[in-house]
Amino acid sequence: MITKRIIPCLDVKDGRVVKGVNFLGLADVSSPTKLAKFYSDNGADELVFYDITASAEGRALFTDILCEVASTIFIPLTVGGGINSVDDFDRVLKCGADKVSVNSGAIRNPDLINAAAQKYGDQCVVLSVDAKRVDGTYHVFAKGGREDTGMDAIEWIKRGQSMGAGEIVLNSIDTDGVKNGFDLEMLGAVCEIATVPVIASGGAGNIDHFTELFNTLPKVDAGLAASIFHFGEVDIHDLKKDLDSSGIIVRL
Amino acid sequence: MVAIVDYGVGNLFSLKSSFSYIGEEVVVTSDPETIRNADRVILPGVGAFGDAADKLFGSGLAQLLIDLANEGKPILGICLGMQLLFEKSYEYGEHKGLGLIKGSIKPIADKVSSDYKIPHIGWNALKFTEKKSPLFKYINEGDCVYFVHSFYGADCEASLIATAEYGFDVTAAVSSGNVYGTQFHPEKSGEVGMKILKAFCEI
Repeated sequence: MITKRIIPCLDVKDGRVVKGVNFLGLADVSSPTKLAKFYSDNGADELVFYDITASAEGRALFTDILCEVASTIFIPLTVGGGINSVDDFDRVLKCGADKVSVNSGAIRNPDLINAAAQKYGDQCVVLSVDAKRVDGTYHVFAKGGREDTGMDAIEWIKRGQSMGAGEIVLNSIDTDGVKNGFDLEMLGAVCEIATVPVIASGGAGNIDHFTELFNTLPKVDAGLAASIFHFGEVDIHDLKKDLDSSGIIVRL
Repeated sequence: MVAIVDYGVGNLFSLKSSFSYIGEEVVVTSDPETIRNADRVILPGVGAFGDAADKLFGSGLAQLLIDLANEGKPILGICLGMQLLFEKSYEYGEHKGLGLIKGSIKPIADKVSSDYKIPHIGWNALKFTEKKSPLFKYINEGDCVYFVHSFYGADCEASLIATAEYGFDVTAAVSSGNVYGTQFHPEKSGEVGMKILKAFCEI
């Protein structure tokens, strides 16, 4: 049986991991390579590196870092942030990324999904969607959740799949940062129409939230989180042991 | 030395890095002499079978690989590289493979209900066939490896060395004499994957 995946997400700026990482016993907590190794050793099934750099220098540094990570960590790596063209796919895939996640770049230019899927295969293209409730429907938000595009999230995901997105990351803005659990209602609506793996993001605060996620929505393939892993609130080994004892199949 | 055959398909960065990581001298090359002189040969690949087969046959590398296989050189095909070892594939038409493993490549979609998402993507546990392959000497049954594929090796019972459950027993690895293939990506399967590559380097 395919296992449910647990995925930590790391924000990288100018070659360093930012947005608060705090581990006991890990001296340099902003080194992407050291953190990647730590997570890989502790049971992460995959890693997401999100490039939040704005400058060209920072971008170049990001790809250097990626090469370094991919030379030492041998689990799937997904890269997101600043992906606007097929050339951007090329840039990160050459450095050892396995999957590339598109968000605002695909909203601006949906053909990017198509073009990248044709060149690199569906499995390589991850459509990341930030969604929020607006007047009883789910709207897609752009620019890191700041701008309402007015697009219906369910329709956008359907379109993304038909154009070749091989995986969907659904980040609920409504539950993000609240640590009160994943947005099961929104995820459920996405699972109804998803034909490709769905990765849940936004809202995890403790181990039980992951158990609840996979028990309530068996069609969800993976859970993604950042701060609860970075601050040691949830240890991935403990999380997976708990999931296993609840009958959820994980890689131990 | 390990030669990774570069025939213009896919990204070989992680694969090359993984051999360096386990301390093997490795080269990515399309040069027939370099490939011939290597102790072991890796046939990688992602993408479509037809396109990859055209490149292999068109460049003459296909015949070289067949010759080396017959001379007893250890060869490992990974993912699409494993599929290319088979006789033929029914991925978008019918395409001829290297014929080093008896069997053909067919769509997973024909075998499973729509409850199973395609591609088969993620970590899945290995189930060994009766006789444990030397490829798995450092790992255990039940260890998980990373898969990404939409087509699978069919009618290859004689060569089957491992399967993974995904609605049916999906071909996970095959071997015939000195020729080996893994549907999964050892170079993305963490420590378990490194142990498989290490075992291959000792064959």
